[in-house]
Amino acid sequence: MSVLTNGKSGEEYLVMGNDAIARGALEAGVSVAAGYPGTPSSEIIENLARIAPDAGLYVEWSVNEKVALEVAAAASFAGLRSICTMKQNGVNVASDFLLHLGISGTRGGMVIVPCDDPGALSSINEGESRHFARLLEIPLIEPGDFQEALEMTRWAFDLSEELRMPVMMRSVTRLSHASGNVRFGPLPGAARSARFEYDGPFLDPLTGPMVTMPVPVRHKNQQEKIRKAEAIFETSPFNTYEGPEQPEVLIITCSACSLYSREAVKELGLGERAGILKLGTTWPLPKKLLKSRLAAAEKILFVEEVLPFLEENVMAAAAGFMGETGLKRFYGKADGTIPESGELNPDIVIAALAKITGTQYEPVAHEYARTAQEIASKHATVRDLTFCPGCPHRASFWIIHNVLELDNRKGFVCGDIGCYTLGLLPCGFGTLKTSHSMGSGTGLASGFGQLRRFGMEQPVLTVSGDSTFFHAVIPAMVNAAHHGSDIILALLDNAGTAMTGFQSHPGMPVNAQGEGAVPLDISEICRSLGAAVETSDPFDLEGTERKFLALLERGKGTRVMVLKQPCALSPERKGKKLYEVRVDPAKCLGDDCGCGRICTRVFRCPALVWDRDAGRARVDEVLCAGCGVCSSVCTNGAILREEAAQK
Amino acid sequence: MNDSIKDPFNIIITGVGGQGNVMASRILGAMLSRRGYRVTIGETFGVSQRGGSVMSHLRISKKSAWSPQIPRGKADVIVALEPIEAIRTTAAYGSPESKVLANTRPIYPVQVIAGETEYPSQETIEESLGRLVRWAKFLNATGEALLLGNAILGNVIMIGALSAMEALPFTRADFESVITGSVTADKIGVNMQAFDRGAALLKKQ
Repeated sequence: MSVLTNGKSGEEYLVMGNDAIARGALEAGVSVAAGYPGTPSSEIIENLARIAPDAGLYVEWSVNEKVALEVAAAASFAGLRSICTMKQNGVNVASDFLLHLGISGTRGGMVIVPCDDPGALSSINEGESRHFARLLEIPLIEPGDFQEALEMTRWAFDLSEELRMPVMMRSVTRLSHASGNVRFGPLPGAARSARFEYDGPFLDPLTGPMVTMPVPVRHKNQQEKIRKAEAIFETSPFNTYEGPEQPEVLIITCSACSLYSREAVKELGLGERAGILKLGTTWPLPKKLLKSRLAAAEKILFVEEVLPFLEENVMAAAAGFMGETGLKRFYGKADGTIPESGELNPDIVIAALAKITGTQYEPVAHEYARTAQEIASKHATVRDLTFCPGCPHRASFWIIHNVLELDNRKGFVCGDIGCYTLGLLPCGFGTLKTSHSMGSGTGLASGFGQLRRFGMEQPVLTVSGDSTFFHAVIPAMVNAAHHGSDIILALLDNAGTAMTGFQSHPGMPVNAQGEGAVPLDISEICRSLGAAVETSDPFDLEGTERKFLALLERGKGTRVMVLKQPCALSPERKGKKLYEVRVDPAKCLGDDCGCGRICTRVFRCPALVWDRDAGRARVDEVLCAGCGVCSSVCTNGAILREEAAQK
Repeated sequence: MNDSIKDPFNIIITGVGGQGNVMASRILGAMLSRRGYRVTIGETFGVSQRGGSVMSHLRISKKSAWSPQIPRGKADVIVALEPIEAIRTTAAYGSPESKVLANTRPIYPVQVIAGETEYPSQETIEESLGRLVRWAKFLNATGEALLLGNAILGNVIMIGALSAMEALPFTRADFESVITGSVTADKIGVNMQAFDRGAALLKKQ
């Protein structure tokens, strides 16, 4: 049962932006959907996968974004409609194929949906996928609200089929992970059947082979398609204008920023002075439309996230027709009116617009704001990110940190992408010393592992989650093994793509649609590369530490320590305690113990708190997940654990 | 039930990851959507399960979708599932006219657990919020939820209390209808109990 398939045409539903995108794809008759999990994009594939068997779709979590795009492209080549989703940095991974796909073209409508994360709310970068559209010469569209998220998705498939090229539809966190009322359209009837035609004339887009050669011919053809897209965009209903015909300030905006802009104009009461040109088609730019709007305004304000994509491209276009429109004054990121990084919000746009128009705005009285600020900074401590109660990563980093301290050669750990990236913070005892892209921990370790010849004597370690291992660690491991890099990979296997919501990956016996799949064994893969592989349970601090030290002392070659323990929030573990844990008040000596409060000062589990009044540790029974690891941390045996009754 | 709310009416549900914040905002959104309002919900989650503050911004309007982020000073009601999140959110989005409904059960930031900083007492929290808003009520929602067998029900208790504030146009029947479609049949009863408990607790104050 899902509103995606049960929702009736013409009815309105309160749905997430990602659901609106998924419904739009269904209304367009999508057959194949593929992606790699990444916030804020994951729900599109997740929710399509749930209905796939009934709706007659094929939906997969691919091993990485590049393969996802290839899987989706294959469907398009066979005449089907397909969608491919990813978070912003996934586009970097997929971009090599996308470069070539833009040239070869597509057949069935194909839409690539990157969901960017301005402000890095759930990311370790603020990557912009929009520049790829210009760089790789494919059309880019951006929905401005929830209704458009559905309608533009549906239209994007038609557009792709008309142009015979992939269309990029970029979303952002504040659309994908926000909800609004959306009116559904009709679902189509019979699905298309798949067939790959390849023996027509070499250059025939519908029956020839799908290739990029001859490049001079096909690249020129690709650029003709972009010009055609521009002509279509000139009259697109997704480019809207609201405001006076001769505005003093013209706001040019797109995506969620159009909602902030609308709110700013209303809040400041500038409906008579400011107009909003909301662009839904952001590459190629509809230059004629821009020219007519620019001609009617004096001041132009660009409101967009994150990089000045519209700002720079509109200014470049404007330079071409300045003779006809007259000189304009531009405001945006270049002159500091709008911040150059981070997420925007209504207040930022209000402040920018107030400055340009000389309007006074004070959201609350000055004195109130000062008091509020004072109270918040005194009493509302900003919460440091931390591992959840019962998280196996806390135990794993405790072990790795201790092993490196015992080894005492200044060994270090290269980090990777997942919840365990937090291993660089106090919650992971500051264990990680690098943090970049998916798989780059092992790639960096592979390089560090070659530096003995230059005098580096530090042990080199890296970590990877189970999903990350398949995504991008395997090539780095192959490189390390082949070149004999002296490294240890700690494989933090928590049985799923945990950070984004337990999506399946190739190590699991189940696929995105919940059907049986061939599970690939990470240990066996590593052994096949010639690596020495050990396996341990990180909740067994002492035993794992011993095995880890032995592996470290071996010194040479590519070694792997698989630390297996399911995520505390995983369906198999959530709400099920292994142990009932409590602090024995008679044994906990508190500040008199001499332990220096290692349990709370260092171990820092949110569920093991320090009771100031009693001067002792205490387990918060609401938060405790019952992993029992803290009982191994207490030096005085004061934290007791008893096996919990299994529900 | 109050059917003549200002437009847009702005609600923030705030708390810490794992408290059922997102679920609460969706239930509230669904109830108001059923009443014919256009609802926009902005949610911040992702790393939220990992000890971070979580906020849902709800904009309720008869006319249109609004920005998924509420401007500073424009929150009409703040529902806090955690006490210092009530302070943080009110300081950023509140005004003297905002109404604050706060759970009294703390979830300590790890810096407090590590002894690097202190967590304010309930008296300090009430006194601080008293300086920021004219209307603030506190209830031990987590404690009451534990009596019903599960701490997570604290979010439904807070929704029940919100209904008793009569600031918003939804009824017990709206809640019953939405919760029936959101949880398994065996959980409907306890959710209704939690809702009623929250309403009763607020009325007692």
